[in-house]
Amino acid sequence: MNDAAAVLSVADAPYDAQAYRRDFPILGETVHGKPLVYLDSAASAQKPRQVIDAVRDVYEHGYANVHRGVHYMSERATDAYEGARTKVREFLNARHDREIIFNRNSTEAINMVAQTHGRRFLAPGDEILISVMEHHSNIVPWQMLCEEKGLVLKAAPVTDDGELRLDDFAAMLTDRTKLVAITHTSNALGTITDAAGIVRLAHDAGAKVLFDGSQAAVHMPVDVQALDCDFYVFTGHKLYGPSGVGVLYGKEALLEAMPPFLGGGEMISHVTLEKSTWAGLPNKFEAGTPMIAQAIGLGVAIDYVSAIGMERIAAHEEDLRRYATQRLASVPGLRIYGTAPRKAAVISFSIEGIHPHDIATIIDHAGVACRAGHHCAQPLMDRLGVTALTRASFGLYSTQSDADCLVDALEMAREFLG
Amino acid sequence: MSEELRELYQEVILDHGKNPRNFRDVKDATCHAHGNNPLCGDQLVVYLKIGEGDVIEDVSFVGNGCAISVASASMMTELVKGKTIAQTEHLFERFHAMCTGDEDHSDDGTLADDDMDRLSVLSGVRAFPVRVKCATLAWHTMNAAIHGQDESTTEV
Repeated sequence: MNDAAAVLSVADAPYDAQAYRRDFPILGETVHGKPLVYLDSAASAQKPRQVIDAVRDVYEHGYANVHRGVHYMSERATDAYEGARTKVREFLNARHDREIIFNRNSTEAINMVAQTHGRRFLAPGDEILISVMEHHSNIVPWQMLCEEKGLVLKAAPVTDDGELRLDDFAAMLTDRTKLVAITHTSNALGTITDAAGIVRLAHDAGAKVLFDGSQAAVHMPVDVQALDCDFYVFTGHKLYGPSGVGVLYGKEALLEAMPPFLGGGEMISHVTLEKSTWAGLPNKFEAGTPMIAQAIGLGVAIDYVSAIGMERIAAHEEDLRRYATQRLASVPGLRIYGTAPRKAAVISFSIEGIHPHDIATIIDHAGVACRAGHHCAQPLMDRLGVTALTRASFGLYSTQSDADCLVDALEMAREFLG
Repeated sequence: MSEELRELYQEVILDHGKNPRNFRDVKDATCHAHGNNPLCGDQLVVYLKIGEGDVIEDVSFVGNGCAISVASASMMTELVKGKTIAQTEHLFERFHAMCTGDEDHSDDGTLADDDMDRLSVLSGVRAFPVRVKCATLAWHTMNAAIHGQDESTTEV
């Protein structure tokens, strides 16, 4: 059998969630005496043994500072760290490794664009366009920039279903719109936005586009060249990797033109007491000792999901989303928020007469971990007319049984509090 | 259903949570404050009418919250009405200590027996550290109103 045939046979095999579950040690834990039912992957995903082992392996066998020493360990750590960058580049299908900047998380990546590209290239009166359903991390950095520079922040509306319609989006674009910063997949509603359409309209209007891919990158394949977006950010810990590492993708010419974000070691070319010059990409944006083990761990997480296949993960999660949506509909008084035609496996809901916090506390005692609250999207909660929702989010290891446990636990909560 | 959960969601709490007392504004309030729990987005407003001798003549609240925070706010309004500010602050101190499990300060015997007895139904939050803020939000907000602040947050 040749290699292509072997790959094909793996891709055609039935999706074996049970086998993947065995890779995630924490899924064997019990909570309040019940098996853990983890439905909070949108907040942070669990880690497979491969990632855990890789991080430990770095510290046990291959750790030193990167880009500095000429000694063996430094070279080995540098190779592994830069190898992780290549894996991220392949994962996003970026053109060059130097277009991949490691940082702490999506929040830092967005702040980096705001404080470098935004501060340098936007002028008073220019507009930044976001949407109503952004995570606070894609609202607040722009508010801070707007206040500092006299810019105007606008938010495209969403429908009652939580859909960002392209005509509504287009109506918000003006000749002053210089930057569009929109979620690729809503963390609160699961809505998948029409990224290609947004880029086309924004570019026609002369605006650059940043996508917050924190949720999208974990639920489906992403191709930044096909999207033609200018910036794309995601975070490692939601992609089954370690916390503390995130990614900014930027088109090379844009990154080249941007001033550095933080000053310090690693990001310089030459320093005198009078003046310093900057290193080339990507180091210009990676001041200080980076998150070495975490980045290497992220690379292994990318290997892990790529071996399964993002297409197959997306298909599995879509099946689960449909199943869970249907099961949840049977719970009296339950209302799902976010019913856009294209959705990831993130389901937010309310139950009449029971506050989300009380729901989350009670189902936690059945071992079911869900997020309750405003999901760092208060403007969206205001738009929907709620203060808080309960959210169940699914990952590559989730099963129909998880959805069944959720529904049983919700029935118990209703009985207890309803 | 676990014992801890039954302890947390006692009948009295469920009753106050569903049918909160003094859930209204006070038209002639002398002070009020907004309470905000940034963790969950819950918000409420506490109104007070403070009369001669620093006596709380009327007190009420409006807003959104979980069963614990609404029940606590509701019981608070029942208990502090008619008390002086000093008595109210003392009660808050004892209540806070009860919620956080600070036994040394939870009962020094100087309060009317009943008050702490009635509030003891909320002591179940001790087993749920993340829910302590739910139980104390209304009290922090009342305290802010008394001290002339517009806003209170549980992030203090």
